[in-house]
Amino acid sequence: MSDDTQSGAYTFAYLDEQTKRMIRRAILKALAIPGYQVPFASREMPMPYGWGTGGVQVTAACLTPEDRLKVIDQGADDTTNAVSIRRFFQRTAGVATTEATMDATIIQTRHRIPETPLTEGQILVYQVPIPEPLRFLEPRETETRKMHELEEYGLMHVKLYEDIARHGQIATSYAYPVKVEGHYVMDPSPIPKFDNPKLSGNPATQLFGAGREQRIYALPPWTDVVSLDFDDHPFETSKAPHDCDLCGAKDSYLDEVITDDEGGRMFVCSDTDFCAGRRAEGHEGRLGGDQKSSKTFANSFEGIWPATAGAR
Amino acid sequence: MYVAVKGGERAIDNAHAWLAEERRGDPAVPELGIAQIREQMALAVNRVMAEGSLYDPDLAALAIKQARGDLIEAVFLIRAYRTTLPRLAASNPVDTGAMAVDRRISATFKDLPGGQVLGPTFDYTHRLLDFTLMADGAPLTDAVPHTPVPSPRGRDGRGGETPRVPHVMGFLNRDGLIETALPDDTPPPDLTREPLELPADRALRLQALTRGDEGFVLSLAYSTQRGYGRTHAFVGELRIGIVAVEVDIPELGFAVEIGEIELTECETVNQFRGSRTEPPQFTRGYGLVMGQSERKAIAMSLVDRSLRWQELGEDFTGAPAQDEEFVLMHCDNIQATGFLEHIKLPHYVDFQAELELVRKLRAEAQAMQEAAE
Repeated sequence: MSDDTQSGAYTFAYLDEQTKRMIRRAILKALAIPGYQVPFASREMPMPYGWGTGGVQVTAACLTPEDRLKVIDQGADDTTNAVSIRRFFQRTAGVATTEATMDATIIQTRHRIPETPLTEGQILVYQVPIPEPLRFLEPRETETRKMHELEEYGLMHVKLYEDIARHGQIATSYAYPVKVEGHYVMDPSPIPKFDNPKLSGNPATQLFGAGREQRIYALPPWTDVVSLDFDDHPFETSKAPHDCDLCGAKDSYLDEVITDDEGGRMFVCSDTDFCAGRRAEGHEGRLGGDQKSSKTFANSFEGIWPATAGAR
Repeated sequence: MYVAVKGGERAIDNAHAWLAEERRGDPAVPELGIAQIREQMALAVNRVMAEGSLYDPDLAALAIKQARGDLIEAVFLIRAYRTTLPRLAASNPVDTGAMAVDRRISATFKDLPGGQVLGPTFDYTHRLLDFTLMADGAPLTDAVPHTPVPSPRGRDGRGGETPRVPHVMGFLNRDGLIETALPDDTPPPDLTREPLELPADRALRLQALTRGDEGFVLSLAYSTQRGYGRTHAFVGELRIGIVAVEVDIPELGFAVEIGEIELTECETVNQFRGSRTEPPQFTRGYGLVMGQSERKAIAMSLVDRSLRWQELGEDFTGAPAQDEEFVLMHCDNIQATGFLEHIKLPHYVDFQAELELVRKLRAEAQAMQEAAE
């Protein structure tokens, strides 16, 4: 346990017990009505709205001292905000942390679903900026709530149809809307549509927290989730048409990294744990043998492992 | 090269160390004390308390110091601290009629019981830089030294009984010229404990406005003066002063004063020609803000009046200041600045998805163009 938790400067996982109970009630309601946005009395957190306050509150309400937490942003464990949120829970809950998807009991994520399949008993917590999939079609909350009540999703289908009429395809590449168990249309948070198929039939519990907008919603394990489409324009995933330059993976979502000012690029897995795991197994991509790049890559993990070990 | 786009613990630690150094500034210049900020930057302290929803001048001063003078950042520090505090009790409604006023003016009557008290106002100062303040000298002034009005719970803690200062609205009400504000004992909703649900009642709207961003509320109020949902407001009364905060103690069976706070209260008198449901009479707008924050209190009362169009049977003209959902969903500067600034966080996963889409659309457009040629 960290000093702060032991000295009693904070309640376990920062939030007071009443607040956690309020959030747990919202989570239970959300699990009972998959895809329905449950209002909850979101608190000001010590990080700004937009930095994942919804996800942090959901994680805080789910954490137990025995949990092992993984935090990713853009699929990576070492992006600044992932580091910051992981540190927050190390400090206020003293829980163990990990970068290995399969070892984590709770994973808080921003914008990605890990490549490694999740298992039963795991909880995936999404940070959500705008929980309302209809918001950019109808700005008023009073209206969109009514539309969900009546399952009146014509506006969304018209938008998708207009995309096809104008561009020949549905021009939404992330935060691609889905329908949950044949009822609520839901925003899966700004994950690339590449990740959408992983939402459906997932053995893990998926919780979505929107702090500023004061909403929690959920997908219980094995929920049926369908990405919206038309019979003659079926939903398609997309990714950069390359293999990972470090681990050679053909089927993972890639980040594009500009390497010089002459158009040089490399493509690497956005899921750093997946990529590192494959390289440890001996997989090698186009630049995998490049000593310099793999060394700097390894260096970027420095400072995280010791802190993780110390938290136990 | 790759490491450049990835953050890390060391980068964060270094950024924090640099920030601390920048906050302190030149070490040759003496460091600001909390008491100095509290006493000499009192209006900044007041704003941070009002928008932070926490009446604690010392903590507000600390927040201003820690935030390097960024008041929204200071409000954020206070809000984040405030959420960790237990809710011990709810006070009785404060009695602003018993306020020990420092300032009390009415724009609708030349004189009135209780008198006009100008108080410590910038209103009639000439906005000329006073270079003696820069030279650490005494400011130029012709005024006689200020002797505080004696009050039972004044800041000096001595003095006799303060006479009640009646509200101007009471005089108008007696003649039936202004709408009667009926007493309402419904417990007000609590914005900080329950999610904001719409439509909101007036108590909830006022709660949101009093902690709303001063700049946002000011501009909305200004827009109603310029014709976007007209409010036709006169300042019936503006008062600033100290009120006692009392809490009922069930074990004792009576209320105990637990402290006193400074408040700014504004009541506007608004022209009203009558509607389908209401007779011609003056109507009210109300503003109440912690500390000395009169710009905010006046602005709040205009926006309050503007949001009451439905209740008074007026038309909705589409003006932003009439639109409850627009006003309430956007007046909180901590929500606003958080969401605005979060776009500087990494979004490269989404951007990558967009890149692929745009490349694909461009390739198709080019192919079609070539086929046409």
